[in-house]
Amino acid sequence: MNKIWLIIQREYITRVRKKSFLVISLLAPLLVALTTVGIAKFSSSSEADVVAVHDESGLNLAARLQDTDELHFVPAAPGPLATAQAAFTKAKPKQEALLHIPAGFTLDSMQGIQVLGKGNVALKRQLNIRKAVTKAVSELKMARSGIKQETIDDLQAKVELSAINLDEVGGKRNDAGTTTGIAYALSILVYMFIFIYGVQVMRGVSEEKSNRIMEVMISSVKPFQFMMGKILGIAGVVLTQFALWLVLSWGLTSVVAPLLLKDDKPVAATTTGTAVTSAAPTSAAQSGPAATPSPTASTSADALAEAPRPGRAFGVWSVLGELPIGSILGGFLFFFLGGYLLYSSLFAAIGSAVDDQTDAQQFMFPVTIPLILSYIASIMVIINGDPNGPLAFWLSMIPLTSPIAMVMRLPFGVPAWQLALSGTLLVLGFIGTTWVAARIYRVGILMYGKKVTYKELSKWMFYKG
Amino acid sequence: MPFGARPLRPGGGGGYFYFTTTYYSLFLMQKTTAAPILEVREVRKQYAAHTALDGVSLAVPEQSIFGLLGPNGAGKTSLIRIITQITGADSGKVLFRGEKLNASHIGQIGYLPEERGLYKKMKVGEQLLYLAQLRDLSRADATQRIKRWLDRLELKPWAEKNVEDLSKGMQQKVQFIATVLHEPKLIILDEPFSGFDPINANLIKDEILALRDQGATIIFSTHRMESVEELCDSIALINKSRKVLDGPVTAIKNQFKTNTYELEGKGRLMLTHPDFEVLEQKERENGHFFVRVQLHAGATPNDLLRFAMTQIEVQAFRERIPSINEIFIRRVGETMPGSLVENVNA
Repeated sequence: MNKIWLIIQREYITRVRKKSFLVISLLAPLLVALTTVGIAKFSSSSEADVVAVHDESGLNLAARLQDTDELHFVPAAPGPLATAQAAFTKAKPKQEALLHIPAGFTLDSMQGIQVLGKGNVALKRQLNIRKAVTKAVSELKMARSGIKQETIDDLQAKVELSAINLDEVGGKRNDAGTTTGIAYALSILVYMFIFIYGVQVMRGVSEEKSNRIMEVMISSVKPFQFMMGKILGIAGVVLTQFALWLVLSWGLTSVVAPLLLKDDKPVAATTTGTAVTSAAPTSAAQSGPAATPSPTASTSADALAEAPRPGRAFGVWSVLGELPIGSILGGFLFFFLGGYLLYSSLFAAIGSAVDDQTDAQQFMFPVTIPLILSYIASIMVIINGDPNGPLAFWLSMIPLTSPIAMVMRLPFGVPAWQLALSGTLLVLGFIGTTWVAARIYRVGILMYGKKVTYKELSKWMFYKG
Repeated sequence: MPFGARPLRPGGGGGYFYFTTTYYSLFLMQKTTAAPILEVREVRKQYAAHTALDGVSLAVPEQSIFGLLGPNGAGKTSLIRIITQITGADSGKVLFRGEKLNASHIGQIGYLPEERGLYKKMKVGEQLLYLAQLRDLSRADATQRIKRWLDRLELKPWAEKNVEDLSKGMQQKVQFIATVLHEPKLIILDEPFSGFDPINANLIKDEILALRDQGATIIFSTHRMESVEELCDSIALINKSRKVLDGPVTAIKNQFKTNTYELEGKGRLMLTHPDFEVLEQKERENGHFFVRVQLHAGATPNDLLRFAMTQIEVQAFRERIPSINEIFIRRVGETMPGSLVENVNA
C-alpha cells in the first residue's frame, strides 16, 4: 500500500510541476472571465438588430411593425428599392436587414416579402422578422374585419412564465437556459478530462516501456500497484486542475467584470455555456496529436438562442445559486471519477500492449468511440429531448456512457434511486475494466516486438503470473 | 571408569577453553559451508510455445561473485526474472536466505537489467530517491547515501539535472547507483558492463569487488568472459533451458584441464617424444620460442621439463589452465561473437 502511495505522489508531482499545467490552469479561467465579460459587453451594446422597412404595398406595414427584444424597425430611405438598398448598405448605425414589402402584397395574397441582407441572412433573424411581420399583418386583418384598435391592443398577451422546480425545497425558480448551460459545461468537462487525462495515462505507460525503466519498476512493485498508482496520481492532477479552474474562474470573473463593464446592462445568463465550450480548444492543444473533437459550436448557439435575455441580473454565479449546486458538483465528481477510472484503465492496457504511439491508434478507436458517442447521444437526447425519458435513462445507466449522460442530466434533477443504481453500475464497471486491464498490462509491459492483435490480447488475459 | 567419575582437566578454566574451541570450530565450519543466499530448486518456466527453464537448480554462496553464463535464449533472463520476482516459476522453489522468495525480500535485492533506462525528464537525485524508496529505503537514509554515491562516482554536479541531460555513460552510472543504493544483500547484474567505456567499466568492476567485500552477494550475467575470469568466484552455465555446469571457478577449471603445459625459452625445441603432443609452436625474435604441449597419460610435467632442459634454455614453464571462454565454447558447442580471441600469453 505504501508503495502505491509513493507512485501516486511521483505521478502527481511531476505533472503538476510542469509549466504546461500551470499555463492551462491559468489560461482557461482567464478565457472564461474574458468571454463572460466580452459577451456581456457585446450584448449590452448591441441589443437589437436594426431592420429597415421598405414598404411599397400601401398598407403602411412599417407603422404596424412593433419593435421586439431582438428587432428595431426603422423606415428605409424613400424612393425605389434601388435607393433603399444603397442607403441600407451605407447606413450608420449598421443595419442588419432590409425588409422589402412589394407593391403586390395584400392582406389576401401575402406573397413576395423579401429580407435583404449583406451575405446570408441568419436563420434566427429571418424567423424573428417573420414573427414580427406576421403579427403586424394579423393586426391589420383584425382591423379590417372591424375590430377596433383598442380591442386589438387589449388582446395583446404578453405573458411572462417562471418555471418552478418542485424537487427543490420551497420550489426554487429555475432557469432553463442556465440549467442547459450547466449541463453542457459539466458534461463537456467530463468528456474532455476523461479523454485528455486518459491519454496521458496511456502515454505514461508507453514511455515507461520505451525508455526501459519498466523492468526495474516491476522488480520493485507489482504491476497492478504500478498501474493503479499512475491512474490515481493522474486523477489527482485532474481534480487539482478542475478545482483551480473553478476557483480561478470565479475569482477572475469577479475581478475583471467590474473593471470592464461600465454600465449596468443586464446580460444573458447562459454565458458560462459558451465560455466553457470555447475553453475546449485550448485544452485540446494540451493533448497534442490526439486532438479532442468538440462538436459543440452550432448546438451551443441554439441553446443560447433559447435563453431568456435581459431581465436577469448580471452574475451567472448568482443564478447558479438557485440550483442545487452542491449535489450537482458532488454528482459530477463521482461520475467523473468513475468514468475516468473506467476509461483510464483501458488506456493503460493499450499503452502496455504497444511498442510505440502509432500502434496505439488502432486500439484507441474502440475505446474512444463509446466516449464520443455518449457525448453526442447525450446532447441529442437530454438537451434537445427529454432529460427523463427512457433513452436518457439507459444512456445514464450503462457504465460506458453514464459518466457523460448522467452528468448532463444532473442539473435537470435525477431521482435518487436512479443515481444510486447508475453509481453502483459504474463502480462495478470500473472494477471490471480495471481487472481486465491489469491482466493485459502485466503481460504487455514486458512484451516487445510482438505484433499485437485482439486475439493476442485475449491470450494475455489468461497467462499465468 | 566408574560411572559418574570425570577425567581430570587442567584447572576449572579448561572447561571454558573446551567449550569455546568447540564453538569456534563450529563457527568456522559454518563460515565455509554457509547456507547459500539463494537456492533455485528444480525451477520450470514454460511460455506458450517454448520451454524457458527445464528443471534448473543452483545454489549461490553468500558473499561471493557468481557468474550466470549462457548463450542467448538459454534461459538466463527467464531465471533472473523469476529471482527478481518479475515473473513466477511454473514449478520448483526459490529460496532467499532459507525463506521462500516473497515480496518482503524486494528491499534486500538489487537488480540492473540488461535493457535499462530511467525517466528522462526526472532529476537525477529525485529519481534515485524515488527508486530507493520503492525498495523500502527510508527517505533520510536514501538522501544521505545518494550524496555519497554521486560524489564517489563523480556525478555530484549532475544531481539536479534531468537524466536526459547526462551522457550515456553517466546515465549508466546513475542506474548502477540506483541498483545498489539500498545496500541489498543480493545484487543481480545483467550485462553490467555493456554501454560502459573501459575506464567506467573498471570503476564499476572495483565497485562490485568492494560491494562483495562489504558483505553483498553478486550474481552477474554476461557474455564477456574476461570479466568473468577477473571477478567470479563461482559460475553456472545454462544452455537450452538446462544447467550444464556449475561450481567454484577453480574447481571447474581443474575439471577441464587437459594436462597441457606451456614452455617458453631460447633455442630450438624438437619435441619428438611419444609422451608429448605439440599443440602449438611459435618462433619469436632473438631465437626465442613458445610451445604448447599436451602430455599423454602417465607423463608428468617434470618429464617434459627434463626433456626440454636438454635442448633449450627454459625461461617460462606453466600449466595451461583453460579459460572460461574455452570451457563455455566446449560445453555449449557454439561460437560466441567477439570472444574467440584467445588470450595467449606473450
